This record gives sequence, C-alpha cells and structure tokens, in this order.
Amino acid sequence: MSTRTGRRVGVPRGVIRDSPLRPDGVPKLRGEFEYAQDLRAEGMLWAATVRSPHARARVVSIDLGPALAIGGVHACLTAADVPGRATFGLEHADQPVLAGDEVKFWGEPVAVVAAEDDDTARRAAAAVEVRYEELDARTDPEEADDRDEVFRRLSIRRGDQGLHGSVVVEGEYEVGMQDQAPLGTEAGLAIPDGQGGVDLYATSQYVHVDQEQVVASLGLRPDQVRAHPTGIGGAFGAREDVNLHIHLCMLALHTGRPVKMVYHRSESFTGHVHRHPAWLRYRHESDEDGRLVRVEARVMIDGGAYASTTSAVLANACYFAVGPYRSDSVAVDGVGARTNNPPCGAMRGFGAVQVCFAYEAQMDRLAAALEMDPLDLRELNALGTGDPMPTTGQVIETPLPTIEVIRSLQAMPLPEPATMAHHSELPGGSGLTTEPHHVRRGVGYALGLKNLGFSEGSDDYAQARVRLTPDGAVVETAAIEVGQGLVTVLAQIVRSALGISRVDVNHVDTSKIDSAGSTSASRQTQLSGGATLEASVKLRQRVLDRHEGEELDDDGVWKGDELVVSWSVLAEEDWEETVTFRHPPTTGPDENGQGVIHADFAVAGHRAVVDVDTELGLVKVVRVDTAQDVGLALNPQSVRGQIEGGILQGVGLAVMEELVMKDGVILNPTFTDYLLPTILDAPDVEALLIEREGSWGPFGAKGVGEPPTISSTAAVAAAIRAASGKELNRVPIRPQDIALE
Amino acid sequence: MEIVHPNSIDEALAGLGDGAIPLAGGTDLMVEVNFGHIRPERVIGLRRLAELKEWDGQRIGAGVTWRRIETHGPKALAEAARTVGSPQIRNAGTIGGNLGTASPAGDGHPFLAAVGASIELASTASQRTLTWQEFFTGVKETARRPDELIMAVHLPAGLPERQCFGKIGIRNAMVIATVCAVVTRADDGKTTVALGSVAPTPIRATGAENMISSIGHPSAGDLVEFQRLVSEEVRPITDHRSTEEYRRHGAGVLARRLLERCLS
Amino acid sequence: MIVELTVNGVPVTARVTNPGSLLDLLRDELGLPGSKNACEQGECGSCSVILDGELVCSCLVMAADAAGSSVTTVEGVSPDDGLHPVQEAMHHAGAVQCGFCTPGIVVAAVDLFARNAHPSSNEIKDALAGNICRCTGYGAIIRALEGVGATDEH
Repeated sequence: MSTRTGRRVGVPRGVIRDSPLRPDGVPKLRGEFEYAQDLRAEGMLWAATVRSPHARARVVSIDLGPALAIGGVHACLTAADVPGRATFGLEHADQPVLAGDEVKFWGEPVAVVAAEDDDTARRAAAAVEVRYEELDARTDPEEADDRDEVFRRLSIRRGDQGLHGSVVVEGEYEVGMQDQAPLGTEAGLAIPDGQGGVDLYATSQYVHVDQEQVVASLGLRPDQVRAHPTGIGGAFGAREDVNLHIHLCMLALHTGRPVKMVYHRSESFTGHVHRHPAWLRYRHESDEDGRLVRVEARVMIDGGAYASTTSAVLANACYFAVGPYRSDSVAVDGVGARTNNPPCGAMRGFGAVQVCFAYEAQMDRLAAALEMDPLDLRELNALGTGDPMPTTGQVIETPLPTIEVIRSLQAMPLPEPATMAHHSELPGGSGLTTEPHHVRRGVGYALGLKNLGFSEGSDDYAQARVRLTPDGAVVETAAIEVGQGLVTVLAQIVRSALGISRVDVNHVDTSKIDSAGSTSASRQTQLSGGATLEASVKLRQRVLDRHEGEELDDDGVWKGDELVVSWSVLAEEDWEETVTFRHPPTTGPDENGQGVIHADFAVAGHRAVVDVDTELGLVKVVRVDTAQDVGLALNPQSVRGQIEGGILQGVGLAVMEELVMKDGVILNPTFTDYLLPTILDAPDVEALLIEREGSWGPFGAKGVGEPPTISSTAAVAAAIRAASGKELNRVPIRPQDIALE
Repeated sequence: MEIVHPNSIDEALAGLGDGAIPLAGGTDLMVEVNFGHIRPERVIGLRRLAELKEWDGQRIGAGVTWRRIETHGPKALAEAARTVGSPQIRNAGTIGGNLGTASPAGDGHPFLAAVGASIELASTASQRTLTWQEFFTGVKETARRPDELIMAVHLPAGLPERQCFGKIGIRNAMVIATVCAVVTRADDGKTTVALGSVAPTPIRATGAENMISSIGHPSAGDLVEFQRLVSEEVRPITDHRSTEEYRRHGAGVLARRLLERCLS
Repeated sequence: MIVELTVNGVPVTARVTNPGSLLDLLRDELGLPGSKNACEQGECGSCSVILDGELVCSCLVMAADAAGSSVTTVEGVSPDDGLHPVQEAMHHAGAVQCGFCTPGIVVAAVDLFARNAHPSSNEIKDALAGNICRCTGYGAIIRALEGVGATDEH
C-alpha cells in the first residue's frame, strides 16, 4: 500500500452545473468528427434505393435486367429477397422492408441496388423498370376515419360529463406537416463479418431497436447483428424508425462486401417520418371568473401509410390536449388515421406541439371573451404539483412550477421598438419590402406541458456502465449523442459522483451493453444519466468499502490525509459497475383514458414579440423569451442550446416550415422549398431556467429537449394574431393568411 | 465527360454545339447535375474566361458575378443582387447564368425589363442583340440557340436615378421570390414597372405605367389605382410557394410601395 | 480526365469521370470529409469552401471545372494543432451541437474575418445567411463570432 499525504482540496472541474467544453467539439470544429456519411471500408460498395413515384399503386412487375446490365452493379434486391420478416416497424411491424404487391406512399422503397460507386448505384436504381398500375390514393384522414382505417382511437373522459360553464369559446385548428430536417441525411455502412453476421453503422437514435428489426428481417440470431452508435448530424425524431438499416444489411450479406448508402436531401424527405399534420376541434367552458369547467377536444392526426409511432403520438396529443391547466370535466376524442400520405412519426414534442397550438389559441379566446389578461387567466387555472392531470387524472408528484413560469414571463422586460436601421430588423429582410410605418408589433404568450420519458406502461430503461481505467473513468453506453450534449453531461455526472476529473464517454455497440432506449422523449439525461449516476455511486462505495477509504479522487483512495491506494493500483483491479435504471412505473389507460400514464412532466412558457407587415403578411420574429422548468440544469450552456434551438424549430413551424402535400405527393422535398429559418430569421432569446428539486432524474434534473419546441409555435402565432387582428387558426401562418381577407 | 476551358471567346464559341453545355458559376447547372436531371458529356467551363467578366459602362459581361453587382451595380440591380441566394451563391453565380436559366423567379430579370435592357448573344456564325422581350420566351426558355453564348447585358444610357427593387419571400434570406419587382421613375414622370414570379417571363405592367406616368404628383388615390392596375395585369399561378391571389395582391402592393419610395 | 488543383496549399491530381461536384471529389477521392453534403443545391452552406479566394458551395462547383484552382476547406483553415480563433470562440460559446453545419460555418466565418476584422452583428448575420444550422438556433454562433470581432485581429 502506498502512502502519501498532502491531498488536493476541492472538486474536479466540469462537474454538474458547470458548462465544460464538449469532448467532441474540437473534432467537429476541425471537420474531423466521423459521421455516418463519412464512413468507408475496404472494398466498399454503394447502395441506392428504387422508390415509388405513386402514392398508391399495384406493383405489376419489376425488371432488374437493365440495372444489372450496367457495369459495376453487384446486386438488385426486391421484396422477394428479404430473408426474414417481410415487415418492420418501431411499435407495429406493418411496413414492408421493400414493397411487395402494392406501394402505399410516394417514395416507398421498392428495390435496392449495390454498385461500385455512388454514381453507378444511382444510375442503376434509375434503370430498374417497375410497372405500376396506379390506384386511387386515399389521402383524406377524415374519410379514413369514416372507413375505420385508423391506427388508434383514444377517448378520454374525466370528471362529471354534465358539467358546463357559462362562458364558452370554440375553435377549429390545423397544423401542417413539419419535417425534422436534420442537416445530416440518412446514411450508413454495413459490414459483413464473414460468418453470416453483420455490423451496422448507421444514423440512429436507438440502436437496440434497429438491431432487433434487422435481426427479424434478416432471419438471423440476435448475436449475429451488431448495431453501432455512429456520428449523426441531428435527429429530432427522424432517426427513431428504421429506413436504410435493413437494406444495407441485406446488400452486405448478399454481396459479401461492405455496403454504404447516403440519402440525398430529397430522398431524406421521403425516407424518414414527419411530424403529424393535425386537425383539432375545441370547446372550452369556464365560469364567469375564468375557471375552466370543461374542455372538449377532438384530435385528428394523419399517420400516413404505416404505423411508425402514430399510436403513441396520438396518445400524447390526447393526454396533453388541455395543457398545463386544471379542468374538472374533460372529454377528448382522438383519431390516428391511416392514409396514403407519407408515414408520420416522432418529432420533437411528439403530439404535444399540435394540441398546444390549439389549446393556447383557445385560452387567448377565452381571455378575450372574459375580458381578462391572458396570463392572469392562465395563472388562475395553472396546473401544479399535487393536482390531477386534467385528462388522465394522474396526480402530479414531481415539481411542476407552472405559476413560476407564468410570473417569470410576466416579469421579463419587453424589448424596445426596433430601430429598423438594418434590413434584417424588418419583415421581408433583404427583400426591402417594408418600411417601418408598415409594421405593427404584436406580443403573444403560450405555455406547454409534456411528459418526460416513455409512457403508458412501457418498460422504459437505460443501461450504463462505469469502468475505472488507468486514465480515469469511462462511461459505456449505447445511448446516442445526436448533438444535444449527452457526452458532456454523462461525464459531468461521473465527475460529480466519483470525484475524479478524467472521464470519457464511449459509445458501444448492441452486443456490449443493454439498451439505453431512444434518444427521444427528452429522456436520456434522466434515464442514461440516472444509470450513470447510480453506477458511479455504487462503484465509488464499493471502492471505498474494499479499501476502507473515505474519499476518491484522481490520485486514488484516501483515508484522511493518507493516500491508501494510488490510482494506478486501483485501475489494475478491474472496477466496473453496470446499472439498469428505470423511472417510476406507468400504466396504460383504462377505458376512460385514466391512469398513471406518465413518469414525469415539464412545463415551459414562451413570450413572442413579432413585427408584422400586415399588408403583405410578412413577419419578423423579434424575440422569443422563455421560462422553462428544468429540475436542475446539469449543464446550463447545453440547456440554453436546447432552448434556443428548440425555439427556432417552433418559430419555423409557426411561419415557414411545411411539407406541402398534393394527392399524397410532397411538392417541396428540397431545401429550396422546404424553408428552414436562417440566421436572419432567428429571434433573440432570453431564457430563464426554473430549478426545483424533486424529480427522479439525476440530481433532480428534468429532460429539457422538447419543451422549447412545444409552446414557442403557439406564442409566435398569438403574437401575430395580436399584431394583425386575424384569427390565424392554422400553422404555418402564410403571408396570404395575414394579408388577404 | 470532358470539359474545355477556353482561353478566349472565340475558343468558347468554337466549342459550343453538339450538346456542349456552357458552365458559368454552376449554381443552377450543378443543381440539375446533382439531382440527376442532366448528365452533360461536354462542358465549356467559362468561370475564368476574363473577357466575359468585363464590365464596361452600360455593358455588363455575362460572367460578372452577383457579388460584384451587389457593390458596383445600378441601385435597383444591386438591391436585387443582394437577394440572390446566399453569399456563397452570389460569389459564384453570374448575371449571364441567371439569364441562361431564365427562371420566372430570377431576381435580376425585373430590373432588365424595367430599364429595357438587351441581351447580346454570339456564335461562331453570328452576333445578335435581343431585347429582353425577345430573349425571354417562356418558363426557363429563351431565344438562345444551343450554339450561342450569352455574352453580355446592355443597359440603356441615362437610367433614371429613382429606381427601387423589392422582393417578397417567406424567409428573410436565401429565398425564391414569391413576387419581385422593380419600379423606375424618370424626372419627367415616365414610370416603368417590371415584375418577376408572376408570369412565365418577367413582365411590364404597361397599363399601370401609362396611368401613373402622366401624373406629375400622384395622389393617394392615384397610388391605389396604380396598385390595382398592377394586380390586374400580372398573370400569376398557384403553386406550392404561394397562391395566385396572394401574388396578385403582393405584386400590386409591392409595386405601389416601390413607386412611393421612388417618389419620396 | 485528370484534374490538377491545389487543395489546402497542396497540389493534388485526381481522375474525374463524371460531371460530379468538387464536394464529392474532396470527400470521396481526396480524403477530406470535413466539408459536408446536406442539400446538393447550395441552400445550406455545409459544403462551404474558399475557391480562388471566394467563399462558395463546393456542391455547386463541378469538380472538373476546379482544374487549376486553389481550394481551402475546413481542414485547411484548422491549424495543425488546436483551433483557429473562430473555432476556439465557437467551442467556448457552445456553438456546436450535432456539428454537421459546423465546418461550413467555420469556413464562412474565417472568410468573413479575413475581409472584416470587426464585423457588426448584422454583418455577421449577413455573412452567415447561407449557412443553415438546425440545432443551435444560431444564438451561440452569433455570440461566439461577436466575441472574435471584439477581442482579436485577424
């Protein structure tokens, strides 16, 4: 045993509540970070996908001959070549790996090819001759409802259904189809292992569920398929579903060579699911003082051709259909329709976004009807800890600082009128459409509520392993870093819990660790963070117990001022701790939609300030300020990054982002026409983080990724209403909606 | 695939024909290539051909980039240049390329129509100069023959000092015009109004021009009538970017505002 | 055909058989994957490079047309060790999330500071108007670059 005295005092840098530099920041800034798009392997082939040009058609015949005749083409595979289960799906395996007799949406994969290079593969895909017999595309979700072609219906009844209020407001609302548009498109590389198995490196938010689906469709044993976490250029929900994963593995095993595929942007717009478009009908009833008595909502979302996560998105939309408000009597009816539109699924906010736009418009209408201040009305009805959820009846047990959010927004100073000295300060920007006297300013508020983690009784867990090495500690996880900063925060948790400074986070494949679950539902900081914290705490205790120490730091184990075991000796002892962390259990809904459905909740509020050129219908979003319930901000800089980025996606849905559909065809699947906000469209943001102890996340942290996106859209819409005087019941709000009668 | 980098206009012209495709900034052509819409076998690379970049008074060489026009162009053309794509696009894209593509939404076109510019074309066999009306023949269609090169844009002498460009788009940068327009007003009251994105080619609103040109000091009512005439004269369509109705409205409002700006 | 050009100061030779882009040439043939492809049409700026002194989208430059040109990529603006002041500022400001837009923003920002050592906020925004970021909301990027202009000469 080595002994030494004179120990260092103090905690390591980069613990929780610090904002240490991202460990992947330097390689990303230098262009050295390896994304799925950048992967290469010796002898690698390139793949491309043959896609349906019709929203619905019978596949009459497929002639691969012209493609196979092109020099350098190694394989063309169709539905007949799928070795195992013919279908895949995140919750229900209903989507064909490759379409068989019928294509059901525009862009559905029909065949895949592999060739010597990308250019040849794309030419070969174009050369495959598919004969179709076009069928009537069924694209109206209401008609689908009439035909009972639905993925799920959900009815919620809570409280006395005979209760009514004396003040009534009604409205109908619509939300267009938004796309996640992560900058990195779908990409991957599959490498055969020479023994019938395959290693997959592909864009993903959830490698274990990819692996399960590849195993099923390839008819392999689970140990034959390893899905590896891979560098990914954003996700926002678009990476939960399988797209090119099974195709790549099929081609790799068929050719015996590594196969790579990268979707182009237009293909990406058909190759991943979108945010569900929604049609919402509401009736709010209050008493004369503004207390909500009853809320009725009818929620229709279009799930498109295949299930993806429509069932869960619909459920979320219904459960959060009232927002963060109390109401004694609630009736919600939801439908997730099946049509020949593109499949829709997860996107940041997951159903809560669509209903928020509607219920917040309703709250403003109710305030107007009552001649009340809109924030006073919200405060009067604010949902808080100890209250039952207005929809499910679940008593909220973790902190829910709705009133603090409202009061924070109220207290934030409003900005001065724009000086309008630079074109970027005016609606229309560099288009020079607008003079200062054309502009009217509007201010709008909105609040949003969402669950954290998976719901409805799903076994939601994350596994993480913490090991000690000669260089410090390593966290091993299959959780995906999509850009949000999980790699930073897991290391911070270990530093805080173990007391050491040198921590790395290693992403390991599906064969080396159990699932971390999806990087979605704002859940990884709480779930993988929870597992990492528990593993660190257990590991530290075991180390101290074994060596009868009192403290652990970079030097080793200490007892008083004596170093009883040096780090190098300690690291030789092969310390590791693996923990599977589960959040409090949830249940499915009963026949009235009641139950302990959710594990945790977060509330946020936004105040938008807009300048609107009402005559031309052009909008400049000046500011979006926010107060957000974060539990505890483990990394304030990352939290702010989530807030600013999430707000801009909400702004995008409010004023520009929409996939425009016609008869099941996306009319604008390019970055020329699917408009993402530029730096000149981005509002200034002031963010107030509201910290309250009590959540089950590590150190009381809550997930922070989704709340910024939920009510920012509604707040911008409210501000544009205030400036224009128009009802504006649909987002995105288009110039013609403001300018024309 | 072969590419020729001519050292002179004569060499460039000699290389045209037989399916050879002229390539300037690449900002339109390469989109078509990247999307697999075209696959050129022979390309004439014009990017570094100095003669095409010459800008001599009223003659702007086809190879002049939007970046140069931003800082050196006549006021309304410079304003238009600042809305062409992004800084990256403006550094590469040229006025000649914009003409060659002849998108109905081309940001530079309304200026050329408003001032009555002409377009110089050349082939090994001939040289000709077309009015803008002769040059633009339809959606992405022009009178240029495959063996011809767009050489330059000729602006008339004595452009009105009062000239304003405006462009309606949904985003505050990097956006295709929903409507774009240029209004010029000469000292004698002669007014021109040209618009883009509201017809297959850039158009002039001649009825509105005639009405307003004769009025020395337009009243508020005159401006409203001017707006109405512009809205009536445009021929927009409904597509995924906007509606016919909004484009009509936007064209009228934008033209009226640009005229107000010229008058102020 | 054989194309000779200078990339990050180094003369290189590449065989070009199709009308593909300089971006593909850099990424697939020259081993420089730092420039990213996210749209194929010059609408996102992720592939920004400096071509003969001008900031351009390398996806819109025909590889064969780059013959004889000088190209600087994100790999070329990064020092051998450590970070360029623009990169350093972005790192500290939290301006990197998924990082896919980051190389293009670095190149555009380095080009900006080469022309204008003390850009205003509006000049920063105008210079980056062609670079889409889907993660950050741009706030951290603006704060980072305002810091560069305030403290440093380039």
